[in-house]
Amino acid sequence: MATHAARETGGSAQRYTGVVRATHWIAALCVFALLVTGLEIVASHPRFYWGEDGNIGMTPLFSIPIPSSRATVPTGYGYVLPDQNGWSRYLHFQSAWLLVLTGLLYVIYGLVTAHFWKNVLPGGADLRWHALRDRTAYASRYNAGQRLVYAIVLVVAFPLTIWTGLAMSPGFVSAFPATVTVLGGQQTARTLHFFLTIVLILFVVVHVAMVWRAGFRSRAGAMITGNLRSGDE
Amino acid sequence: MNDISRRKLMRAGVVALPGAVGLAAAARIAERNGLVPPDHSGLYGPGETLTYAAQRVLTAHSLAREFDRSQISKKPFANETPKKTPEFLRLEAAGFVDWRLKVDGMVARPAEFSIAQIRSFPAHSQITHLACEEGWSYVAEWTGALLSDVLHEVSMRPEAKFVVYDCMDKGWWESIDMADALHPQTFVAYGFNGGELPVAFGGPLRMRVPRQLGYKSLKYITRLTVTDSLKKFGKGLGSAEPEFGYAWYAGI
Repeated sequence: MATHAARETGGSAQRYTGVVRATHWIAALCVFALLVTGLEIVASHPRFYWGEDGNIGMTPLFSIPIPSSRATVPTGYGYVLPDQNGWSRYLHFQSAWLLVLTGLLYVIYGLVTAHFWKNVLPGGADLRWHALRDRTAYASRYNAGQRLVYAIVLVVAFPLTIWTGLAMSPGFVSAFPATVTVLGGQQTARTLHFFLTIVLILFVVVHVAMVWRAGFRSRAGAMITGNLRSGDE
Repeated sequence: MNDISRRKLMRAGVVALPGAVGLAAAARIAERNGLVPPDHSGLYGPGETLTYAAQRVLTAHSLAREFDRSQISKKPFANETPKKTPEFLRLEAAGFVDWRLKVDGMVARPAEFSIAQIRSFPAHSQITHLACEEGWSYVAEWTGALLSDVLHEVSMRPEAKFVVYDCMDKGWWESIDMADALHPQTFVAYGFNGGELPVAFGGPLRMRVPRQLGYKSLKYITRLTVTDSLKKFGKGLGSAEPEFGYAWYAGI
């Protein structure tokens, strides 16, 4: 399979291979489901703590100013949201599984085909200031700034989100207790999981905004069909 | 059909057929080894089965983390419980002397235990973390009899696979598999932070399953039923939780 921009076919160039496109959209769907269900789960206790324990008898590190789906949580709102935790939790973990398995496929593909080095990870020359500010590079490849952001999301943000998620699981931490103790406790893991979610939301917002600026139809179309029409450059 | 698409179709067949056979074989092996949860059907069945199977493999002999006395939460949270029934209030007024834990099902000697009889089993203690699915948690010391000691006392039959438990809160019932039922930290608990287990925290008798979320640690337990199948209980999904949309397995 060709890596992007490598194969010119008439008026269009293949920018994304089938594996990259399929994993991108499955991941997008999973991230969307994780964000929605994550918000539903947080609504049952929109307070955050530091350390091992935390509950409404204790002072939170901070609270988010939303109504809660539990009457026991003091929120200042005069009403309680309907409980959506059942399906939200089922879907949250099912989406997490699909995302992790899809991510695994993508990482193996990226390593085997060298897609990472060629298209995603920033190299030495990419990190110089003028390269970071290069606005013309997008036509054929990602510029250094984009590469840096994608690399941080892939190598740092997603793995940490998975880790802090697992560190909240009583079953998982019974087998691997260090995964939660090095973080400083189960409630710390929960709070970090929330912060990482904010980072991922910011990434999604900036990512979609950049696609919008570059021409939403052609760029989103390229991630669906694989080809960027030459007239779009 | 041109050559390329025929080749593609054949290649798809070569991948799909062993894939389907492999999946069917995997499902049968998982079923036989007790890696399929009772709520495995439906939209979220695949994710739930992956979680339960992966954890049963990873946590075969794992112990929940235990804490130091200094880490016990100063302010544990009891959570809400349904309004107490007249029967509960009557038992409470009498100091729970008439409280009974009935044990039946696949056992050689069905029995009923008073709180005093449960206390006569060797006492065990653990300082563990209790986390609610909502997100809050506390660390507390629990004292009780090992569920495995109680099951041993009534001579549980070897083909048993699950322990179903009922409680005083109407509509609530739970079950756990043998990995948790025979686990050295699974208690029939009657003590809390050095004293008696307060009613708010589940007194006089509560299940304590520290490798799963709080809702598996049912309060006010009155009956244990040993079984090899969960199909005949409720809607056959393993516990009351999946009947209103929550996962049966709560180790996450």
